[in-house]
Amino acid sequence: MRGGGGMLRVEGLKIAQGDFALSADFAVERGRRLAVIGPSGAGKSTLLNALGGYIDIASGRIEVDGRDVTDARPDKRGIAMLFQDGNLFPHLTLAQNVGLGIRPALRLNEAETAQVRDALGRVGLAEFADRKPGDVSGGQQSRAALARVLVQAKPLLLLDEPFAALGPALRVEMLDLTSQVARDAGATVLMITHAPEDAERADDLIFVEAGAVAPPAPVGAVLADPPPALRAYLGR
Amino acid sequence: MARRAQPVSPWVGIIAAGFVVAVVIAAFVGISQRIETTTGLRAAEWQAVRFTVWQAFFSALISVVLAVPVARALARRRVPGHTLLVTLLGAPFILPVIVAVLGLLAIFGRNGWLNTALGVVGLPEVSIYGAHGVVLAHVFFNMPLATRLILQGWQSVPAEQFRMVGQLGLTPRMVFRVIEWPILRQVVPGAFALIFVICLTSFAVALTLGGGPRATTIELAIYQAFRFDFDLGRAAVLSLLQLAVAGAAAVLALWILPPIAVQTGRDRAVRRWDAPSPWGDAFWITLVAGFLLLPLLSIALSGLVGLFYMPFSVLTATWTTIWVACVSTVVLLVLALPMAAWLAQAKWGGAEALTLLGLVASPLMIGTGWFILIFPYASPTAFALPVTALINAMMALPFAVRILLPPMRQVFNDYGRLSMGLGLRSLALWRFVLVPRLRPQIGFAAGLTAALSVGDLGVVALFADPDVATLPLQMYRLMGAYRTEAAAGAALVLVALAFGMFWICDAWGRRYAAS
Repeated sequence: MRGGGGMLRVEGLKIAQGDFALSADFAVERGRRLAVIGPSGAGKSTLLNALGGYIDIASGRIEVDGRDVTDARPDKRGIAMLFQDGNLFPHLTLAQNVGLGIRPALRLNEAETAQVRDALGRVGLAEFADRKPGDVSGGQQSRAALARVLVQAKPLLLLDEPFAALGPALRVEMLDLTSQVARDAGATVLMITHAPEDAERADDLIFVEAGAVAPPAPVGAVLADPPPALRAYLGR
Repeated sequence: MARRAQPVSPWVGIIAAGFVVAVVIAAFVGISQRIETTTGLRAAEWQAVRFTVWQAFFSALISVVLAVPVARALARRRVPGHTLLVTLLGAPFILPVIVAVLGLLAIFGRNGWLNTALGVVGLPEVSIYGAHGVVLAHVFFNMPLATRLILQGWQSVPAEQFRMVGQLGLTPRMVFRVIEWPILRQVVPGAFALIFVICLTSFAVALTLGGGPRATTIELAIYQAFRFDFDLGRAAVLSLLQLAVAGAAAVLALWILPPIAVQTGRDRAVRRWDAPSPWGDAFWITLVAGFLLLPLLSIALSGLVGLFYMPFSVLTATWTTIWVACVSTVVLLVLALPMAAWLAQAKWGGAEALTLLGLVASPLMIGTGWFILIFPYASPTAFALPVTALINAMMALPFAVRILLPPMRQVFNDYGRLSMGLGLRSLALWRFVLVPRLRPQIGFAAGLTAALSVGDLGVVALFADPDVATLPLQMYRLMGAYRTEAAAGAALVLVALAFGMFWICDAWGRRYAAS
């Protein structure tokens, strides 16, 4: 195993955006599911966007699967990311949206087309391949985005609350599906959440507050005896 | 340190912008070769500068002053044919200038409907030729534009505000103070500035209705120096003047020029509780409808008759016009799309100023420069059509970029990260994301360019010899030869061509418009 078993290694990461500053130093083991939790404006999204390569970082080093990706393009970092919205192109069919995860030029050979069909089938959308996102429900859109994550087959999956707009039952269903997809793809997952009950479904927990990123710790232990700042955030 | 990645490489856009700048600079080099220190500025040149600024100022002022009550009336009343009227307000923008002039002559000319009516009641006749004719034609073109810009501002007022007015029982005076005045203060300066800048480079209107020492714009003076005296030195001096005047105006106006949106016919009815007596509004709507429709009607009527009098030259000119317009449109898209993509990602907002080069560098100024450059080596008439196509594209560039830029920014904002994450770049990004998302705007910009190119009577008049003509030039020649029926027939063909090409492009954009 490369990277000594560490799937994600963040060293001396510093981000400065106007008045806001964030620093992080942590490592994540392969195959873990992490909940990133913290107050609004604490820097959770900023952290994930920096890992994904979407915003400038001031200094530091990011390593994914034993490879230095600090300066790599977003598509060359071994990372798949789902955003709060805009995860699907509304003018392309679900199959095309998923296909982009395999080839950005959308020239799929037969095996790849079958792969797209298979991925859609595994998220329960076999019948909807030729629909456009606007013609299916919010839950089905989330499923299609997850099908793309499946075919992207990246070792690290970042979720910036992609299911926030769904109702509680549907959200739980999507989180389960995500876990299953991540397990099938062998991916490590970092997901931002506001809900403690969602966090409880993860293995580890990263608490972000005011630009400070606490290293991951097992969820059960942390929630049983939260540090003062997390206790205040949880309202306990 | 990691640099933030961008979905589209800015270089193609920068090269496109560099090309535009190079075309203008080359023209400038050509001009400066012919400027001699002894050429100096004569009274006639100053007179042209004064008239250019004067007519642009009054054209803009009258257009805006008339547009305010019309936009207000259209915003708060529903009249039969309301949607059609709002759509028609967009028509003059793509109506070929020479056609509109013919229509205005039919109404306001010596034998026009107005003078006939005045004669019946024994009043002296009015003349459309001269300074006031130039302003009248400019108002015909630009008052509808101003009305639409102001109407858009009015429609941006949330319906809740008008409900609040009803709830509080505000008087019309208060409504004006609380809602209308703030909107007008936002929209009117931009509309005024846009029209002022457009009118500064007016050529075809001045050519047909102006002339003489008291109604000659700088552009027209360039043309006259060229065609009548073949005095390239004087044309060069005038070109420099045009550049200075339009450049100064554009720099001043840049910050208040409004964005140009695709008119989606979004004239939803807002229930209003504050409208006073309807008669004032009825007056304004009737006035603008008459002012717009009567010239168009006269073109249609006389054109149908004139179709039978058209010489064969109209047919060849039509063919020439179509391919010039097609080339212009392709050149425009090749320049505007990468530029818009670059500007949409650029942090430096001032980059937009580059697009104004198209407005600042007037067609005849660029034409003069290129004529001087080509002249020693080849016959400029051989380049008449390619140069016309290129300059037409450049003239449409400021509008096209302003149409494309806001939605382009939106696409990068909504789908930039997703595209980067998936590795969508260059051609794949254009094909799967940008073109499908921007289809309505691309179609609209292409249609606008095609229509403007079809109707353009500018640089082609400078270069062309008697054998080469676009349809507007041919029509102008027919008018000059007093072949009025034939000119009217050509006008109808020209209108059909301009609107037809606009419609084809625009319909392409709207069809399968991405949901």
